[in-house]
Formats: sequence, structure tokens, C-alpha cells
Amino acid sequence: MQTKYEVQEPNLIVWVPQELDHHHADILRGEVELLLHIHRIRNLIFDFSETEFMDSSGIGVLIGRSRNLGYQNGIVYARNLNQHVEKIFKASGLDKIIYIISEETKQ
Amino acid sequence: MKTNQMQLIFDARSVNECFARVAVAAFLTDLNPTLDELADIKTAVSEAVTNAIIHGYQSKENKVRLYCTVWDNNVEIIVEDDGVGIADVKKAMEPFYTTKPELERSGMGFAFMDAFMDELEVTSKPGVGTKVVMRKRIGAQD
Repeated sequence: MQTKYEVQEPNLIVWVPQELDHHHADILRGEVELLLHIHRIRNLIFDFSETEFMDSSGIGVLIGRSRNLGYQNGIVYARNLNQHVEKIFKASGLDKIIYIISEETKQ
Repeated sequence: MKTNQMQLIFDARSVNECFARVAVAAFLTDLNPTLDELADIKTAVSEAVTNAIIHGYQSKENKVRLYCTVWDNNVEIIVEDDGVGIADVKKAMEPFYTTKPELERSGMGFAFMDAFMDELEVTSKPGVGTKVVMRKRIGAQD
């Protein structure tokens, strides 16, 4: 497993990699799906504190997990977005689909 | 007007998406772009290269060509492939339109290139390939 994560059912925290492009999005998607199969998860939290780059491939991963988890009444959250990631969220409307947790201090 | 140019030819593999955008960013250092401008350009390059790999070549290995030219404070980036091409470029450029929803593509690739660069031109011919030309002026925010 390349992805750093923490499970405390029903919560799963996943640390998004430094660069979330098509290449890393495919890895992240596969590993998060596996974790969602093994554990009973209602809240999936993507932590972006280590993420410096994200493009539209990352949007697909987040929307996909939000949809799949939504079938089971689960919710997807995002936290610790840097300025660039926040711009990607806003430009794509992702900020209207994914709940952004903003109480933690931004880098 | 003095220009400076570089060219990259690389395998259409997803691992090279990062290489392409970082190489362009390194090439632009001399123009003293802001971190914001650099992030915009890296995103646009990543989108164009990812499109060439996933859509142009349908993930079959082939070569992607990238040309980057700078003059004064201007950057021009061209990303070319000899892939399947796009029959309806206008349709392909619509936000959220994707031909590969099964791969969870968001359909935001061209929209991001358009939003993060000043100019975007896409020419394509089915069976021949696609050429994306993007331009941006560095320091325009000052």
C-alpha cells in the first residue's frame, strides 16, 4: 500500500499524495476502494496537507468516491487544502460536492 | 525579440506526466513566474499531456511531443500526439464532457487549460492526431 491512511470505523482518513495527477489518481483510487471494501466506513476524509499539485484527474477520484459512498449514506470530506488545490476545487465546482473541513490551520 | 525554445519527446506513459510539467516549470525559471502562475501552467501542461496519453493514444505506448517557447514575458506550449484525434473539438472542450466516464475522467481537462492559460487553440484530425497550443503572459497580474 502506497497510500498513508488511518482507520477508526466508521471513519477513514486518507493522506492524498504530494502530486495528485492521472498517474497517482489511479493508485489512490484502487487503494481507497480496497479500504472501503474491508472496513465499514461512513466518513471518508481526504487530507491534502502533503499535496502540492492536483489536476482534473484528482477531481474524478473524489467525485467517484463521493458517489459510491453516497449510496451507503456515507460522506466524503476534504481538509488542509493549499491555495492551488483550493483553486482546483473552486474552478471545477468540487467545493459544492465535497465537504471542506476548514477548522484546521492551512499551511 | 529573442526566443528560447526546448523540445521534449517522451513515451505516452502516465509516469511521464509529472516529468513533463516539472520540466516546463524548470525551463520557465528564468522568467521569474509567481508560484501561482507556475501552478497554473503546470496544471495546463498536465491536462494536455494526460489527454494525449489517455484519449489520443488510448493508453497504448507511443510518443508525446512537447515544445515550449518563451519570448519577453510570453510562454507558448505545444503538446502534440499522433493518436486517434477528436472528431468534434468543440464538443470535447465543453466542461464535464468526457468520452471516458468509466475511468472517472471529470471532463475538466480543456476547461482547466482554458481557465489557467490566456490562450488555447486545439486542432485535431481523426486518425491523425491532436495539437494543443497554449499561451500565457507571465507577470500580467502586476
